[in-house]
Amino acid sequence: MSDRPADRPSAAVVPAAPLAGEQRSPGPQQGGPGALRPTGGTAGSSAFPGPGSAIAGGGESVPEARAAMPPGDRRARNVPDGPIGASLPGADLWREAMVALTLFAIDPHGLGGVVLRARAGPVRDRWMDALAEALPASTVRRRLPSGIGDTRLLGGLDLAATLAAGRPVAARGLLAEADGGVVIAPMAERIEPGLAARLAGVLDRGEVRVEREGFGETLPARVALVALDEGCDEDERVPAALAERLALRIDLQAVALGQAIEPAPDAADLAAPRAMLPRVSCPDEVLQAMCATALALGVDSPRAGLQALRAARAAAALAGRTQVDEADAVLAARLVLGPRATRLPPAPEDPSEAAPPPPDPPAADDEDRSGDAQQDRPLEDRVIEAVAAAVPAGLLAALQAGLAPRAGRGGGRAEAARRGKLRGRPLGSRAGAPGAGARLAVIDTLRAAAPWQRLRQPAGAVIDGGGRRLQVRREDFRIRRYRERVRTTTVFAVDASGSQALHRLGEAKGAVERLLADCYVRRDQVALVTFRGPGAELALPPTRSLTRARRSLAGLPGGGGTPLASGLDAAADVVAAVQHRGDSAVLVLITDGRGNLARDGQADRERARSEALEAAATLRALGVRTLLIDTSPRPAPAAEALAQAIGAQYLPLPLADAGHLSGAVRQLVSAS
Amino acid sequence: MASVFPFTAIVGQDEMKLALLIASVDPSVGGVLVFGDRGTGKSTAVRALAALLPPMRAVTGCPYGCEPSRVAGLCAACRSPGKTARGRRPAGEPPSALRPVPVVDLPLGATEDRVVGALDLERALADGVKAFEPGLLARANRGFLYIDEANLLEDHLVDLLLDVAASGENVVEREGLSIRHPARFVLVGSGNPEEGELRPQLLDRFGLSVEVKTPTDLPTRIEVIRRRDAFERDPEAFLAAWAREERRLRRRLEAARERLPSVSVPDGILEQAAALCLKAGTDGLRGELTLMRAARALASLDGDAEVTVAHLRRVAAPALRHRLRRNPLEDAGSAGRIERAIAEQLGA
Repeated sequence: MSDRPADRPSAAVVPAAPLAGEQRSPGPQQGGPGALRPTGGTAGSSAFPGPGSAIAGGGESVPEARAAMPPGDRRARNVPDGPIGASLPGADLWREAMVALTLFAIDPHGLGGVVLRARAGPVRDRWMDALAEALPASTVRRRLPSGIGDTRLLGGLDLAATLAAGRPVAARGLLAEADGGVVIAPMAERIEPGLAARLAGVLDRGEVRVEREGFGETLPARVALVALDEGCDEDERVPAALAERLALRIDLQAVALGQAIEPAPDAADLAAPRAMLPRVSCPDEVLQAMCATALALGVDSPRAGLQALRAARAAAALAGRTQVDEADAVLAARLVLGPRATRLPPAPEDPSEAAPPPPDPPAADDEDRSGDAQQDRPLEDRVIEAVAAAVPAGLLAALQAGLAPRAGRGGGRAEAARRGKLRGRPLGSRAGAPGAGARLAVIDTLRAAAPWQRLRQPAGAVIDGGGRRLQVRREDFRIRRYRERVRTTTVFAVDASGSQALHRLGEAKGAVERLLADCYVRRDQVALVTFRGPGAELALPPTRSLTRARRSLAGLPGGGGTPLASGLDAAADVVAAVQHRGDSAVLVLITDGRGNLARDGQADRERARSEALEAAATLRALGVRTLLIDTSPRPAPAAEALAQAIGAQYLPLPLADAGHLSGAVRQLVSAS
Repeated sequence: MASVFPFTAIVGQDEMKLALLIASVDPSVGGVLVFGDRGTGKSTAVRALAALLPPMRAVTGCPYGCEPSRVAGLCAACRSPGKTARGRRPAGEPPSALRPVPVVDLPLGATEDRVVGALDLERALADGVKAFEPGLLARANRGFLYIDEANLLEDHLVDLLLDVAASGENVVEREGLSIRHPARFVLVGSGNPEEGELRPQLLDRFGLSVEVKTPTDLPTRIEVIRRRDAFERDPEAFLAAWAREERRLRRRLEAARERLPSVSVPDGILEQAAALCLKAGTDGLRGELTLMRAARALASLDGDAEVTVAHLRRVAAPALRHRLRRNPLEDAGSAGRIERAIAEQLGA
């Protein structure tokens, strides 16, 4: 096949479309899944430059991806980690989103949920309305407010009712209330890891365990989750632990309102497939093909395979079949496995990906040939091939740049959110009046009051069950105590340019590793900025995960000019963001101080120098404690001058052995 | 309660299963830490273990599930005479009954009062009685305490758990209550390193540490999905199909527990264990102790009367892996080092 690289996209369409078209037409809705075939074709596709592509395009990777794609796939596209068929034009994307919606509406709890990436707006509203229509009218739908507390989420003590009744009254949490329904989480990209883990646990078990505020119980909570991902760049996404539980991914960023024409399925039409679902069987061949596809696409978690299986069942039920067939398998694999791909299936497709766009063979001819080929190849090959076509083009570009999307992204950004609510670690409570910033510890107050209730009842009072009022006096008040611990984020700004690489990038890496080890001991967060070539990049947003820090450090490339000013700017940005969150930052700058690229990437030593001093002044204004490690072979005046301009502590590398380094950083941290 | 996926039906992940079995044969091994990829059946295995374990004998009505034959380990209520209608305890053991071994799930978002136990608010408010309401630690006594996503648990709860797990006793001093009760449990923690690391202090408290990875070969993956799918579609039939395997493993566990006190550890093996720890560079003596206990439990599981080098070899990695002085940036983690040390010391 490698000699006919261009037949890949069209071959992919073939197995899905004709089968879907023929067999599903008796299905309930007009132009429903039958319209799956991306009718946009090759010619008309460029007529839909999705509006989202401008916003979400992953920077420089877009042109590369375009260039690398076979012509048939060069369509409007958007985020690099494009969910469902991100390479399709708007109208087709919407149709695909409707198919996903239909499957989800048939088996919401089996599929777990949907990650819907789109900005708030009419298109997203339309999708949500469609979902409301497709689900049975009785389905509970609850919105998950951002920053929800544990008591509201999981359950706990109903304070008002408790005080009124004079006995503890339990409040059900939102998840238990939504049992049997759908929870909608807006701004899901900002969900912090703790909340993600709670939600994931409930999604896994279908029940919520409450062990809070005097209550211990297990309540049913069979819910599905629609995570509304409003992230606008690569880093902002739904936490991986949560996204893993949600089978479907939909991206509506590239859909304009006028393209969202496909109507929603009707709830009444979905009742029959839903009822049929338990009777749908799945041949072992399909199961094997699904696993093989997951493996070929580098989808690691077995959950994805299971979800794909369930999606295939829902698709079969929709078509009124009691057995999953190939079309269902292809559809499910495309919807569930495609967006999760971390690599492209191995040969025969591989060579065509790396090659420049080949000449465009006539499409009809192509389909014929691949049609013949369909017959004698095993099912799994056909499924893999079909899904490979749906793998977003951004992934391809990323792979070529050696930047396969890493699992576990998205922790960094979200982690930042959690400190607003919880200042410091709770230290229990103490007696005292609330107010003036002190918060009443309700449970502790009630506990303090409890033993005295009998004494406090007015003498001779008639106890008429329930009429007794709780007597809380001033001396019962307990207030919360917290120990506030300011977090430190150590920002490493590493000069990875050629001059540096020639000398001792290796040694600098060693120094950074040593410092990282220290950060690990202190439980600091770490961020990494690197600068080389034309500019600077944030290689690692602030994180506590050492695994990630280690990984991004190991993959640190070297070479190129020294855009010193850009590097300082990027470091200043990170520092400002850290300070903005109320944390303290320490900057460790590793460079020889010899910039030769100006901010605009021009090789202009003089401008580079003046701009670097300008950036240094900005850093100084931020008041960040800085350590500059000079990596030039001999202590150089350039680096020392820079250190002075920033107000940094200056440490030439010949002196910077491990002990020195960590001593210097410790000093900086303790100075806070 | 919803039916639980059977332990024996879990595909692969042998090291994790073995570690859990060892901990249930000999709880003194310490806890088990399961760290690794998502979707590898960490939670499934722990919950399955609850269904697998043979029931235990406990004093009737005791909130802590005291073991009637172990006088020293009884809680205050079981120890005090007058608890039973017959009066003095020395006349015989308190009445007891079989109950399932507790495997208590510590959910994220649990509050401290529910974990350690607190004043019973209901009774305090309604009757003005000062009564202690036991928490999760009481319920976990003699069983397992499971923390999913251990790295996301609030720090103050982690400290508290460590303290209790180390002392085997829960001391409650709050709201005018002064209670102490036995709380001996096997701590089982799971998590994903991508979400953040565990503190070294916590790491060291776990006896065994297991790394789980997603299987990468196709047949295994197919089998995982096939079984899971079969279970979800018809839990009863699936459980029935695996009942025999479960029974067999349960019997093996029971036999292993009985055999354990009689399993001997030759001096040569002790020397080997010490040399291995030295070679691997583990901190402290806890590693050697765990290594020896785990090897003994394994020998017992295998039905052997004496610990051999083969047993040592199989438990060395989980017993020592997390105790190496850490170079946090070593790419292969500590796995490579420990395996080298094992190969050198114990032979391939």
